[in-house]
Amino acid sequence: MQQTTDRIRVVVAKPGLDGHDRGAKVVARALRDAGMEVIYTGIRQTPEMIVETAFQEDADVIGLSILSGAHLEVFPEILRLMREKEMSDVLVIAGGIIPEVDRDPLLEQGLSAIFGPGTSTQDIVEFIRKESRTRDLP
Amino acid sequence: MTSDSKREWRKNTLDPQVHRFPERQDRFKSESGIDQDVLYSADDLEAAGWDYMKDLGFPGEYPYTRGVQANMYRGRVWTMRQYSGYATAEESNRRYKYLLEQGQTGLSIAFDLPTQIGYDSDHPMARGEVGKVGVPISSLRDMDVLLDGIPLDKVSTSMTINATASVLLCFYIAVARRRGIPPASLNGTLQNDILKEYIARGTHIYPPRPSMRLVVDVFKYCAAEVPRWNTISISGYHMREAGATATQELAFTFANAIAYLQAAVDAGLEVDDVAGRISFFFVAHNDLFEEVAKYRAARRMWAKIVRHRFGAKNPRSWMLRFHTQTAGVTLTAQQPDNNLIRTTIQALAAVLGGTQSLHVNSRDEALALPSEEAVQLSLRTQQILAHESGVSDVVDPLGGSYYVETLTSQLEEEASKYIETIDDMGDAVSAIESGYQVREINQAAYLHQQEVEQGQKVVVGINQYTGETPPIEHLLSVDPQSTEKQVRALQQVRRERDNSSVQASLSRLREVASGEECTVPAILECVESYCTLGEICDVLRDVFGEHKDLVAF
Repeated sequence: MQQTTDRIRVVVAKPGLDGHDRGAKVVARALRDAGMEVIYTGIRQTPEMIVETAFQEDADVIGLSILSGAHLEVFPEILRLMREKEMSDVLVIAGGIIPEVDRDPLLEQGLSAIFGPGTSTQDIVEFIRKESRTRDLP
Repeated sequence: MTSDSKREWRKNTLDPQVHRFPERQDRFKSESGIDQDVLYSADDLEAAGWDYMKDLGFPGEYPYTRGVQANMYRGRVWTMRQYSGYATAEESNRRYKYLLEQGQTGLSIAFDLPTQIGYDSDHPMARGEVGKVGVPISSLRDMDVLLDGIPLDKVSTSMTINATASVLLCFYIAVARRRGIPPASLNGTLQNDILKEYIARGTHIYPPRPSMRLVVDVFKYCAAEVPRWNTISISGYHMREAGATATQELAFTFANAIAYLQAAVDAGLEVDDVAGRISFFFVAHNDLFEEVAKYRAARRMWAKIVRHRFGAKNPRSWMLRFHTQTAGVTLTAQQPDNNLIRTTIQALAAVLGGTQSLHVNSRDEALALPSEEAVQLSLRTQQILAHESGVSDVVDPLGGSYYVETLTSQLEEEASKYIETIDDMGDAVSAIESGYQVREINQAAYLHQQEVEQGQKVVVGINQYTGETPPIEHLLSVDPQSTEKQVRALQQVRRERDNSSVQASLSRLREVASGEECTVPAILECVESYCTLGEICDVLRDVFGEHKDLVAF
């Protein structure tokens, strides 16, 4: 068990109602292949469900994927619930169809990065390795 | 030197050439991973036992490889049908009228996700989603507004709706009835293909088996009451978008089709009463010849399946009619104007492959819903293909190409093997329940991503020829106030309706759903009493339960 506990733990989640999960699953697998521990929630997750999963799983990172256009309402709610649970050390990144004009407001509210279409999974891996806190060994 | 065969030519001419100048790659593969030889000749067709009359025949005749009509687009060009809907019923109605004015020949309604998953616009699960990817329709009032001024007896309407298909069909029928248009004169298509939702698209509500019953109920009802309606559009599109190869697209689509047809026959319907109203929906991806071969293989495969596996007698039952949409996954957010070129090539494939209707994606769709200007360009792409390129004047122009015929046969053969594998599991429903198709697609999607990242597959503007271009301006954004407008209208409907007939029709639906009777008349009664979509689906959720997804990646 000692060896697995220092791995970066990532919850990959699909908020909202859209079922387009190709990107989420490809990223989940790439992160796992890069040695991270990945929990994929599946589709149709409410902000409450996602934050609860990340909390229970003691996640270092939450990766959100959304293509339905509901990001401006769903992401801030996730960030708000995280503040309520004092999860400020958890890195939140996102991908999907997120128009340029919506990016800055979301980054200002606490999202760490937005990876749009065409992103290499290696860029995501590197970003997480650099930015997430690797947890202390017990 | 003149060689007498492909084998000799390879030895005499090709090999020395390649020896001196090595080729760009060690292996050449189609988009779907099929090995591509340098050249195809009569030798290849002969070696494969290819026979013109057996494998092709003539258009309008079995096995329809060359097309379902004898003269194809010389009679009438394909239906230009751009999928659209957003914000509110009012706003979408305006867009439909605009598209019809611009020369579009059929409607294609995009519903928002709450409507697709059976939630009213004011349900907590609908938060942030109302009017985003389509139009919200919660009651008969919304459908009435959506179709205002649209001649329902003249226009054919396609509705992308699955788990809630029968409810939306009832809204449509109810609007027509109020305008004095009998259901028997309505033309259109219901997607109603729930099986691919479990595999790829994700808007299912109930578990697969009761969902199959709802699908068959639509077959039954329409066979009797709405005979010109296409009761299902069995879709490979979304599975391909999720990562499937062309072979898997064909195989999984037909495995689903076999399950639907079998379910109809098991429910006591005649195969010839159902098969003629089945339509299909495929993607047009980047690989031009592979896609053309795919449509040709699809027609031949379906004709054989319906005629030999199901024993259909009516030639109309054997014909595979299909809609095509260009491939959303090939659109890039980077250098978005390149998407115009991609969609043009894809649309060309669909037309060379004999599609009955076509949607061309817009260049801005990796960024947002398409703007009106971008949609107009998509429609113009279709019009230029139809009227300037000459491709609509001759039937199956690639027929007889050594290459395309070889590919057509290869795709048929590979896809048939997959179908056998699914047959061995029981049927498509059993395969879905075990997660088979999802695993296959996940694997193909991951492989594709790796090939792109390692540079084995070139994507212009992504892994080669990169560089910033100015961002696209005037992206469409949905006004957040439109949700409030929609919710207010919905609440007004709830206030003004007769609640006793609402309750009575919902209890009647519960009774019918719990038994074996066809559910559609009971849903129509609910709809005409102004029950909302959410109320109707809640009754069915209660009776059928909700589906739990298998989560795998």
